[in-house]
Amino acid sequence: MRTLTLSALALALTLPSLPVLGSDMPQDQSGRKDALSLWGVQFEELEYRYSDDDEELGVWNGDAFYGTDELKFRWLTKGEYAIEEEAYEKLENQLLLQTPVSSFFDAKAGVRFDTPEGPDRTYGVLGLTGLAPHWFEVDASLYVSDEGDTSAEFDAEYELLFTNHLILSAALDATVAFSEDREIGVGKGLVSTETGLRLSYDLVDRSFSPYLGVVHERKYGDTADFAEAEGGGTEDWFAVIGARVSF
Amino acid sequence: MKNALMAGALGLLMPVMAAAGEYSLTVDRVMIDTGDFVKEGIGYNGASPGPVLRFKEGESVTINVTNNLDEPTSIHWHGLILPFEQDGVPGISFEGIQPGETFTYEFPIVQSGTYWFHSHSGFQEPNGAYGAIVIEPEGREPFRYDRDYVVQLTDKHPHDANRVMRNLKMMPDYYNRQQQTVGDFFADISKHGFMTALQDRLAWGDMRMMKADVEDVQGFTGLINGKGPEQNWTGVFEPGERIRLRFINSSAMAYFDIRIPGLEMTVVQADGNNVQPVTVDEFRIGVAETYDVIVRPKTAEAYTIFAESMGRSGYARATLAPEEGMQGPVPELREAPLLTMADMGGMHGMADGDMATRAGAEDMDHGNMSQGSMEQASMNGSSGMAADAGTSMAGMDHSGMDHGAMIMAEGGASDPFYAEGSGLVPVAANGGKFLSYSDLRAQKPLYEEREPTREIELRLTGNMERYTWSIDGVKYEDAEPLKLQYGERVRFKFVNETMMTHPMHLHGMWSILDVGAGEWNPVKHTVSVQPGTTVYMETEVDAPGQWAFHCHLSYHAASGMFRKVVVEGGPDQGNTAGVEVANDGGDA
Repeated sequence: MRTLTLSALALALTLPSLPVLGSDMPQDQSGRKDALSLWGVQFEELEYRYSDDDEELGVWNGDAFYGTDELKFRWLTKGEYAIEEEAYEKLENQLLLQTPVSSFFDAKAGVRFDTPEGPDRTYGVLGLTGLAPHWFEVDASLYVSDEGDTSAEFDAEYELLFTNHLILSAALDATVAFSEDREIGVGKGLVSTETGLRLSYDLVDRSFSPYLGVVHERKYGDTADFAEAEGGGTEDWFAVIGARVSF
Repeated sequence: MKNALMAGALGLLMPVMAAAGEYSLTVDRVMIDTGDFVKEGIGYNGASPGPVLRFKEGESVTINVTNNLDEPTSIHWHGLILPFEQDGVPGISFEGIQPGETFTYEFPIVQSGTYWFHSHSGFQEPNGAYGAIVIEPEGREPFRYDRDYVVQLTDKHPHDANRVMRNLKMMPDYYNRQQQTVGDFFADISKHGFMTALQDRLAWGDMRMMKADVEDVQGFTGLINGKGPEQNWTGVFEPGERIRLRFINSSAMAYFDIRIPGLEMTVVQADGNNVQPVTVDEFRIGVAETYDVIVRPKTAEAYTIFAESMGRSGYARATLAPEEGMQGPVPELREAPLLTMADMGGMHGMADGDMATRAGAEDMDHGNMSQGSMEQASMNGSSGMAADAGTSMAGMDHSGMDHGAMIMAEGGASDPFYAEGSGLVPVAANGGKFLSYSDLRAQKPLYEEREPTREIELRLTGNMERYTWSIDGVKYEDAEPLKLQYGERVRFKFVNETMMTHPMHLHGMWSILDVGAGEWNPVKHTVSVQPGTTVYMETEVDAPGQWAFHCHLSYHAASGMFRKVVVEGGPDQGNTAGVEVANDGGDA
């Protein structure tokens, strides 16, 4: 189960079942002998944001997967749509293959396409995602862009159960750049953080959970300077309303 | 034709069983109304559960199964000893029954008792494809009763089983609404103090395990004979009668704790085999197990059959009453149990992420521990056995587990088939006797007692967070078949390294559960292995062919806790010529 490593990705794709019995006995060609292939769609965030300087955003952060325990294909999608400007401030899609590397962690690799308003970027992605001790959902990714710039993103989430339906989730997302990409306003060093607190209620199973929350976004260092130079802000507070959705 | 003639002859001999011998079942899409919700599902002869099939020991049965679904189906005769081609497991016994096809099962009935049947294809069984089998013995029963009822339980879920599986894979705690909350943390603080409460949380958090992880799939409605708690299935009796209740747990996932307030129950049979009578106030029935009990209500009042799920997230309810429409009081659900570190005993490796480590499992090895005192007591019948066995366990060494200040189970109840200090040990609601495996003694040994020819250790493994389940860390899809030799007596050692209970079911051959009673060990078809424990069973390998062996929790079996068992050697079975085999057996 956990013996698979990244190098086994290709193997897992072609792994044949091994018939061993004599030909006169029935061979198990039933679905049971196949690896269970499943799919799922989840939107961790699907929300409307209203900032302290009256900016309105439509924001989502979701993923869809298809695959087996050993190998999953995953599509991650993130976006921030400025309602007034009718423009995507952020639009990011990742296509990934994911495979277990330990009991609680998966390695993932793939490509990321950023196509917001302004210059586009394509990145190669290498990452780890899983459950750390004490129930922290963590996700770490390393990106190399088509411009040759490298950056890393770290994401952690923790859920506090007030009841089995009323749940406070705290999320932290931090980006670090190892080189400057001036064109897209990224400076070297700590780029930005996004911290969110969302209080949700599981209304329909775990497939529809409306929430209210606050989100704090901040840019740092050179990235903050670039933003200021272009007349943008470096820090935002948002009130958010939305729903966690899965099906 | 030969069979039809034989059925005719049997019919003449036994007027009551006029139709005995030939049966027809259709597999249909049906609507299942639980009283809480209506859900499309699968049933037999237009209903779920299907009919009660009543066979007679010694007859040869012909069962025509017509598949009216738009997908393949199958029927497995759970607990019946028969040629492997008749066992009904697609890919192992036969090719399955295609849509529109009628498949004819033919096999001799070589046993008696309470059993059941269900589809072995996909998730048809949790979706409703199950029914009961009652086999009348050739000889006299060793106990008396005036009437009998099948009491077949299930845990009907509003979600289609495929969706349940998908949700569990996506979020293993999808259906768990008993998780520890902030409020529980403060309750623990006021009860045990801040440091203990905190350490307890940290210990569980470090393992990424939940002590509330007793029932994976909650949100079901418990049904008895297809009726929800509000619909209240009722069995009618006359005061003073002895009633035999044939309990069958056909659930996908739920264990039930069953009691009938106001009545003692005398357990006379387990998994179709008679046991020495033991009177209890309550018993736990694992998934796929059967227990036959005799009750004797003396007054003309309504008695509630109350079946709480082990995790207390749901219940089934029925009534025994002098007439339809009467109701007894329905008890409240008791508090949900919580796992303790003792239940994690088999999981030492987990914190390191090493699933293969099994250090510590030996500590729990009660099969060996109990030999001494249990064997001495075995001839005295069953009374007091649980207590004896419990004492003999006192020396178990848990020192390696470093529980420190962890919060352990309260009440101090013990049962040798649960880890010492387990949070799952059941206690009777009225403080009386709760049945333990260690109370079970075969009424009559089925096999001569002999030394096992070899031991096979099977570790029950899994990863809750990924919802993968396996045996020896290998899922069915990646596994070689388990090979047995015809004529050997295999001692199986089940080491449960997970925190879930697994009802292990071997097809085609009996599972002689080691309760330390030697030749009086009970003979079962499904053996529950509690978290952090080791359980032994022995099997006389007397059935050639290939068989299924798996955890009977639907979503555990489907995610890999499943094996094919191949019995090599033995009388020539003519392989796929199942009809011939059945006829030969029938004549024998």
